[in-house]
Amino acid sequence: MKTTDSFGRPLVAITGMGVVTSLGRGKKDNWEALTGGRSGIHPIVRFPTDHLATTIAGMVDFLPESSGGASALTFALADIAAEEAVGEAGLPASDFGGPLFLAAPPVELDWHNRLRLYAQSDRSNGWRSLIEAARKANESALFDESQFAAIADRLADKYGTRGLPITLSTACASGATAIQLGTEAIRRRECDRALAIGADGSATAEALIRFSLLSALSTQNDRPEKASKPFSKDRDGFVLAEGSGALVLESLESALARGAEILGIMRGCGEKADDFHRTRSKPDGSPAIAAVYAALEDAGMSGEEIAYINAHGTSTPENDKMEHLSLSTVFGERIRSIPISSNKSMIGHTLSAAGAVEAVFSVMTMREGVIPPTINYENPDPAIELDVVPNKKREADVATVLSNSFGFGGQNTCLVMAREAG
Amino acid sequence: MNPTDVVITGIGIVSSLGLGTEAHWQALTRREPMPVIDRERFAPYIVHPLPEIDWSTQIPKRGDQRQMETWQRLGTYTAGLALDDAGIKGDEALCSSMDLIVAAGGGERDVAVDQSILDASLTRNDHDVLLNEKLTTDLRPTLFLAQLSNLLAGNISIVHKVTGSSRTFMGEDGAGVSAIETAAARIRAGQSTHLLVGSAFQTEHPDMLLAYELGSYLQREKWSPVWDRNKDLGGGVITGSGAAFLVLESREHAQKRGRTPYAAIGRVASGRAKRKDGILQAELGKMLSPLTDGEGPVLAISGASGAHEATKAEKAALEDCGVVARGFNTLTGHLKEAQFPFAVALAALAIRNGQPYPVFDPASEKPFETAPKAVLATSVGYNCFEGMGLVVEA
Repeated sequence: MKTTDSFGRPLVAITGMGVVTSLGRGKKDNWEALTGGRSGIHPIVRFPTDHLATTIAGMVDFLPESSGGASALTFALADIAAEEAVGEAGLPASDFGGPLFLAAPPVELDWHNRLRLYAQSDRSNGWRSLIEAARKANESALFDESQFAAIADRLADKYGTRGLPITLSTACASGATAIQLGTEAIRRRECDRALAIGADGSATAEALIRFSLLSALSTQNDRPEKASKPFSKDRDGFVLAEGSGALVLESLESALARGAEILGIMRGCGEKADDFHRTRSKPDGSPAIAAVYAALEDAGMSGEEIAYINAHGTSTPENDKMEHLSLSTVFGERIRSIPISSNKSMIGHTLSAAGAVEAVFSVMTMREGVIPPTINYENPDPAIELDVVPNKKREADVATVLSNSFGFGGQNTCLVMAREAG
Repeated sequence: MNPTDVVITGIGIVSSLGLGTEAHWQALTRREPMPVIDRERFAPYIVHPLPEIDWSTQIPKRGDQRQMETWQRLGTYTAGLALDDAGIKGDEALCSSMDLIVAAGGGERDVAVDQSILDASLTRNDHDVLLNEKLTTDLRPTLFLAQLSNLLAGNISIVHKVTGSSRTFMGEDGAGVSAIETAAARIRAGQSTHLLVGSAFQTEHPDMLLAYELGSYLQREKWSPVWDRNKDLGGGVITGSGAAFLVLESREHAQKRGRTPYAAIGRVASGRAKRKDGILQAELGKMLSPLTDGEGPVLAISGASGAHEATKAEKAALEDCGVVARGFNTLTGHLKEAQFPFAVALAALAIRNGQPYPVFDPASEKPFETAPKAVLATSVGYNCFEGMGLVVEA
């Protein structure tokens, strides 16, 4: 089997995957729910919702760490997904032997801890008292909560990844960027394998409020499972969610040599930054268009070869309109007949994790020959003519997938995956 | 010489010492370089404050300035200096194909809002409801964006039109190492032709000091050089505000544009020593030898932070290898994510000028008299992760 691509670079295989979302822990539970059209969006129970415009989310509430703060939960999510992925790849649990790329939310000292420290302080001197209390408390868990390196450091310890782990944020494209960095490292022949993880357990009250203030969230609280409705006319924002996805990326040559099962091929990654606005995309969609083209070019493929699109599909008025515009420009008339669905209709927007979670689901789509639906598609947006695989899963032979991730700050990253190397 | 060698063609640096390369070269090559420090504003903590900056020289639109707080303005401003220096600023074709890697922490929280919540928390027990109440009414929507880590890169794209790609690395000192290491690796492998890489750190905010003190890392009350911090006064780190951005290009790309590089980036190494096992010095030694062996006398621009254990280990490792160090944190304070980009920038200036830096701390640093051919830049994180790279004549 040929183990390099048309550019002479090592082909990058996926040999292990793991996932956690509000739908459950692990690929099996998630896939059953996803193909069953079940939503994981539910009323917020982790904190009171008084004064909040949005009272629903796709939080992961079933883990012991779910109430432990954003940092602890993000670690737990990353850890569970990594364990599943490394296990599936058949690699030693504590000696991964390649670098770690972790997409994670920016972390801060949790409010509960901030309030607790202040209560312990002499309170006479504002922030000075708080800092003094922090110094005197000298709790390493609180310090870790304020350090961006801490989660990756713990993961690197546990899994025995090689070198200095990279933690990254490209907002809602972070998960895809982690995969891109791993792919590039393998192509540079720096390593035989890389562990790419996207994890996000940061659905705190403050995060919810911040997104609310930007009018980004759905306020359709009455029927939580119906709130995320990508490409529908009455969509009104995304649903904040948590989750994680992990992928073991490996040079095809190395994977074959050790007899690993090839779950899929990471064919190409493309990105393009937008300079228009901090939260809105350029009206002509040119950066997203360029990102799709860059991914296709990197994959050495034409748009004709894409069999299915795993949409960014956030259910915000802006994203879905722009994603449609961009894809129409790239694929022309053919876009009406390419199935495209949004996992976010069921799991919400897992932010830093989304690109990795959706890459896992993209590979499963190819392997299972089943496309998960876009649920809640009852009132189509007439301006968006797409085959969104409405409401019910569809059996289909899917050999290739384009997965889109777009984020605040002008981040646009697209991945092209294939079922087989050939 | 190789067409994909990594050369430095633009440098933007800002610290308490001044704005830009010339101001820094002058300040650092004085007979006795002097730190600029502020002892009062954050007492008992000492900071090296930002100099006065006319943001509009690099961020012309007031609207853009208003969307940012100081951290993002500082980074966007310094990125502009680097682009100007490389002759790339305003060149649409070059900027729109230019890759961007930023090492970022987080932006500034709203101190007044946070304090009002802390104060109110003392008189009631329903803290979660209090948070909802206060945050929904008092938070400014734009402040969220000013805090988001990847929005420094976002603002650089908006203000300077750098849009080839955009990646933000997080993770304190180590993020700065990874940013440079990844940037250089991409150019060397032909994955990028020209790239803007760097970081900014704004320490003049209570939360920035709080993050260090949660781990008892700061020195209080008294300023002293980075190699001479006092355990009785705390953890040894004195912080500063500052930023460093570099324009890196493949040799071929720079030649085609007719640019003379400052220097080239040689080998870069990074690691994650398990420090609690007491192996940092040994690990640094293993990292150093392949970089410095056979290079003749090597000057090091050390990003030692002053944190007691890490600084002691680095000092010993450098001395073992016969490397003569200049600890620039004596003069700038700890710049967190910007440490390594700043070290590489200072190293490149020494190569370009064919001149070493004088001692920054006469009690601890040895003289280095010859014109440096290879300058080592180091960044051993105050808490974790470490890296170093060799900067050589282009």
